[in-house]
Amino acid sequence: MTDTVGADRVLVRLVVNGEPASVAFAPNKTLLEVLREDLQLTGTKHGCELGECGACAVLVDGVPVLSCLTLGLACEGKAIRTIEGVANGSQLHPLQAAFADLGGSQCGYCTSGMILTSLALFEHNPQPTRDEIREALSGNICRCTGYQQIVDAVEAAAAILRQQSPVPAVSIRS
Amino acid sequence: MTPPHTVIGLPRRRVDGRAKATGQTRYADDLAMPRMVFAKLLRSPVPHARIRSISTERAASHQGVHLVLTGRDLPVPYGILPVSQDEHALCVDKVRFVGDPVALVVARDEESAADACELIDVSYEPLATIADPEEALHTQEPRIHDYGDHGNVHKMVAMQFGDVEAALADADEVFEDVFFYEGNTHLALEQHATVAYLDGDGKLVVYSSTQTPHYLHRALAKALAMPARHVRVIAAPNGGGFGGKSDPFNHEIAAAKAALILGRPVKITLTREEVFYCHRGRHPVLMKFRTGVKRDGSITGVDLQTILDGGAYGSYGVASTFYTGALQTVTYHIPKYRFRGCRVFTNKAPCGPKRGHGTPQSRFGQEVQLDRIAERLGLNPAELRLRILEHPDALTANFLHVRTIGLGECIRRVVNASAFDSRHRHMGRGRGLGLACSSYLSGAGLPIYWNDMPHSSVQLKLDRSGGVTAFCGASEIGQGSDDVLVACVAEVLGIEPFDVRAVTGDTDLTPVDLGSYSSRVTLMMGNAAIQAAERARDILAHAVGRKLDVPKNRLVFAERRVFDAENPDRGLSFRDAICTAEAMTGAVGATGSYTPPKSEARFKGGGVGPSPTYSYTAAVVEVEVDESTGWIAVPRVWVAHDIGRALNPTLARGQVEGSVYMGLGEALMEEQAYRRLPPRLSNALVHKFPSMLEYKSLTSLDMPEVFTELVENPDPAGPFGAKEVGQGPLLPIMPGVANAVYDAVGVRIDEVPITPEKVVKALADLAAGKPGRFGPASFPDVRWPDPLFVPPPWEGGTGEAINERRRDKPAPTGASRS
Amino acid sequence: MIRLPKFDYYAPRTIAEAADRLAAHPDAMLLAGGTDLLPNMKRRQQTPSVVVGLAGIGELRLRTNGSGHTFGAGLTLSEIVRDAGAARECGALHQAAAQVATPHLRAMGTLGGNLCLDTRCNYYDQSYEWRKAIDFCMKKDGERCWVALSSPTCLAVSSTDTAPALIALRATVALTSASGTRSLPVSDLFANDGMHYLTRRRDEILTRVDVPDQTGWRSTYWKLRRRGSFDFPVLGVAAAVHVASDGTVRDARLVLGAVASRPLVCVSAAESLIGSGWSDEAIARAADLAFTLAKPMDNTDFALVWRKRVTRDFVTYALRELRGDDMRPTRVKIARHALEGLHY
Repeated sequence: MTDTVGADRVLVRLVVNGEPASVAFAPNKTLLEVLREDLQLTGTKHGCELGECGACAVLVDGVPVLSCLTLGLACEGKAIRTIEGVANGSQLHPLQAAFADLGGSQCGYCTSGMILTSLALFEHNPQPTRDEIREALSGNICRCTGYQQIVDAVEAAAAILRQQSPVPAVSIRS
Repeated sequence: MTPPHTVIGLPRRRVDGRAKATGQTRYADDLAMPRMVFAKLLRSPVPHARIRSISTERAASHQGVHLVLTGRDLPVPYGILPVSQDEHALCVDKVRFVGDPVALVVARDEESAADACELIDVSYEPLATIADPEEALHTQEPRIHDYGDHGNVHKMVAMQFGDVEAALADADEVFEDVFFYEGNTHLALEQHATVAYLDGDGKLVVYSSTQTPHYLHRALAKALAMPARHVRVIAAPNGGGFGGKSDPFNHEIAAAKAALILGRPVKITLTREEVFYCHRGRHPVLMKFRTGVKRDGSITGVDLQTILDGGAYGSYGVASTFYTGALQTVTYHIPKYRFRGCRVFTNKAPCGPKRGHGTPQSRFGQEVQLDRIAERLGLNPAELRLRILEHPDALTANFLHVRTIGLGECIRRVVNASAFDSRHRHMGRGRGLGLACSSYLSGAGLPIYWNDMPHSSVQLKLDRSGGVTAFCGASEIGQGSDDVLVACVAEVLGIEPFDVRAVTGDTDLTPVDLGSYSSRVTLMMGNAAIQAAERARDILAHAVGRKLDVPKNRLVFAERRVFDAENPDRGLSFRDAICTAEAMTGAVGATGSYTPPKSEARFKGGGVGPSPTYSYTAAVVEVEVDESTGWIAVPRVWVAHDIGRALNPTLARGQVEGSVYMGLGEALMEEQAYRRLPPRLSNALVHKFPSMLEYKSLTSLDMPEVFTELVENPDPAGPFGAKEVGQGPLLPIMPGVANAVYDAVGVRIDEVPITPEKVVKALADLAAGKPGRFGPASFPDVRWPDPLFVPPPWEGGTGEAINERRRDKPAPTGASRS
Repeated sequence: MIRLPKFDYYAPRTIAEAADRLAAHPDAMLLAGGTDLLPNMKRRQQTPSVVVGLAGIGELRLRTNGSGHTFGAGLTLSEIVRDAGAARECGALHQAAAQVATPHLRAMGTLGGNLCLDTRCNYYDQSYEWRKAIDFCMKKDGERCWVALSSPTCLAVSSTDTAPALIALRATVALTSASGTRSLPVSDLFANDGMHYLTRRRDEILTRVDVPDQTGWRSTYWKLRRRGSFDFPVLGVAAAVHVASDGTVRDARLVLGAVASRPLVCVSAAESLIGSGWSDEAIARAADLAFTLAKPMDNTDFALVWRKRVTRDFVTYALRELRGDDMRPTRVKIARHALEGLHY
């Protein structure tokens, strides 16, 4: 992080989905804008840009944050994980497979934020109860599903990850 | 021999599920193009004014600005209904609400465009504002629009089916109740966005978050004065719609105009606040039900009056008005029925269609009133409803044709699952159960503009790869329409859904489907897809039959093969079958179309309500109400939906749960509320809180457990027997909550949303010996026109009004032909 | 997309450096978690030409627990929520932090930021364009308070959850400027004026919170809001009691949030409990006294009459919980979750 006095643009080094990226952008840009507009990572969505919906949630150094309220320049040197970095090559992450299979995505617009937030939940709680899942996702508004199939999906993914079975029980088609 | 279904009815990953879970789905704002420029709309800060002048020079010369457009650049009006062509992309001489767009600035980036908007000088001559229906009814001048029935009354409708006053006189008891349903909005998570550009040929392309690409296509052609054949609309996958992306919008037309002028891609993405100004959400409705009943619960007649607060423009409002009175008759048998509805203009964001379009408001009143009736008659509310259910294959008093009706089974299922009979009225103070029912269309019987063409068409391309591409104008808004398309085609052709590619919502590539509204897509597109696939199957069967020397009616399409039913080893792979046909007769393709059956309702306004078939829902809501604070908790909801047949049960259940979610939001907290400042100090009339924080929608923590049952009794009208599921299950939730609150604490909240403040007020009244009720005191005295008189079928009626000037055809949505 | 206005950004590494920046730039504002300032800047409620980012200052993340607890102002609310010592000994703070906004916003927002949270009002927390449509208000760009036309002062609402809790815990804050550091009770950090709601000078940085030894004290926080997450409080009740071995109340603190432009310390209500044996009557008396003090205005969610009315109920919930009643079912109904096992 550096001072930006008078600068039109700042050069910021990030690690995005495991890959180093140096990006120059205006100092008043949020991480959301940098991801979508400067890195073309449009999988991160926006529903309000004011911290009122959770659609733009990403992981910064593993912590679920709202990219719409994070200054891009404050991410110097940090590891950013977006929805584009969740799958393992063409193999979907069990969370992605479960969202696709179990009705977790309808319009799909909240899905990125839901999946990234669920990943953060698994980091500290690999066996969440349904109530704990609801609590973890309480900063992500979904207007389609009524959350029930989202909770189903997160629960199913947690079960798969726990088993760490080579062939997940949820069908995965790439 | 028909093999069992291998796709239909089985839970399955939706075809667009992977793209959504990987972030690959490209919503409109995700599109970026070389040389793209960015637009912002300058919106009116005043609620009602004449525009004296607009000066754009300073904005036009601002750094980075490419273009400034005003109303003069787009003089042609448009609107979704032929009878309400009352919108301009940019206001011409008047602004009608805070948020009405007056200018478009296009610049190198969004910031420059926003900054330049501040440099546009608009001189307004303020006009008196109209904030609610009472004011609209009593204010002749100023008029918000110079069309409409009179003053600020947009539309009055009145129709009567049999002698209702006699029916009420004949009743053992007449119930009179007034209800109010507050407006609310869709709040789709994706904000509307559009990218407009000229393709290499020089034709206009508009890529937009729209539920209705076909109607947008027509509106663009009209407003831009261009031939539709030179305009291409691509419906991007919608990040939620719920009816909020069904109108042609200002920003779509203005951005298209800018792209035509600049020859560069123009993107516009609305802010959340602007989405609140687009609105087109649920109309606030004040309503009065007079219902006559016999002691056994049977209804002798219903007299319904509604007043809709329409906001500043017509939108779908004429249809919405009819819908507030259209579907009362398809759930319970009502032998005589009168409906009078009135929509007024106010200086607020325009209302329109939201999930359930016009029907949830009066459904709320009807189902709460039935709860009262049951109590007064000493009947269990479920028993009352079961007694008065409409019958299958009935023609109702207002000439709606009920086909299959699974409502009785829905009621029995939720009653059993919730142990309603033993728990209702026996849960103790503060806890209660409420039952309510509903019905909804599986697609509107008539299109929005008059025409005789199909409502949905599907085109299939089969080629030597073994793959099938299905083209259809339907738009995927999250409801799963692409999945329905693929599933129907794959099922009929005996292939895997993964072998079918859906190309949808593209007016250049896909045949017309009218759009994702009125719960029409599954039924209409599904039937069109089946027809197309059956025709393709016939082409393949013809070729394979000839090649294998098997009669074609003996061929089976399954497991990616075409084979002889009597000798399954004798057959071709599906790919080889296509190659055979292609070699024999040339390129393989087929089309299918669907047009709803003609309605028996031939009176004016009879175009609203008919549907190929109706879905039915019953719900039981459990509440816990704190008597001191009025705080309401909803721990559980049981819902059963008559879906005919669930094509993909996972998606069907998701539609039900999502409907319950949205219904609970409306029941408990969602309000599109306005604030008027003291008139002696200010002319301001503003949306109270156009933000996702203050417009309250349920979070994961506020959502109860939902127990869903799908009642499957295939309906001959639907594809594989399917009816709609996206809207109907929302409807019983609001009255279910109201009835449960009554069961819990003995007060009637005759108003939505049902909030703790209202409960406390009603409880205080009850304690003071007054009626324990919160709701509107009275219905205004409206000077209704004489109703159209249509004798019901059992009085020899033919579906025509006996006091109506003879017309050639029923007009869609009560509209004149155009 | 709503975008931030332009600003110069400084990223100091020390408190002293940050204080120098504040001293040098009269309109500079401090950015901690960004969850309050950045939305306000996007809505042009605040348009500082200089933003001083505090995230790189390690000193602000101090945490000690000798006698009492010291929390660096830069600790996130999630860190407070996960803090076992705070959960054990500073119940009110733990519960208040756990009910702020959402998991993401708690993972971003800081303790210092929540204490300094801008006051809120439905006429003020709006975009520039919306505020223009009402010709602005006293708090920003306008003349009048639309909430109460005759009010000479702004009536925006104190919406911090942690402040009432910390006041009940008798905490103090340290404020550092280029000219030194001073300490003051959290209750003295606030003024009952929606515009000038902090006694912090604009060149001062709130660097840490000191909670005194809580031995013998129990505390709790109850929050009223429409939904189980996101929403700011429209009523907060923080209570702390010191119970003698005979079960009577030896000392008590009761603080209301979100019913005025500052947290309201209910002195007489708290005193009425002292010496009482926790009877229902004693609790009802305290609740009545607190109720009298609450002055909600019509500028938040929910109707003001009702908000005032339920002050009694919420004070009762808090005191009954401290008495030892099992309030978990009520808590779950109000908060929509049990406030247990939270990580963020």
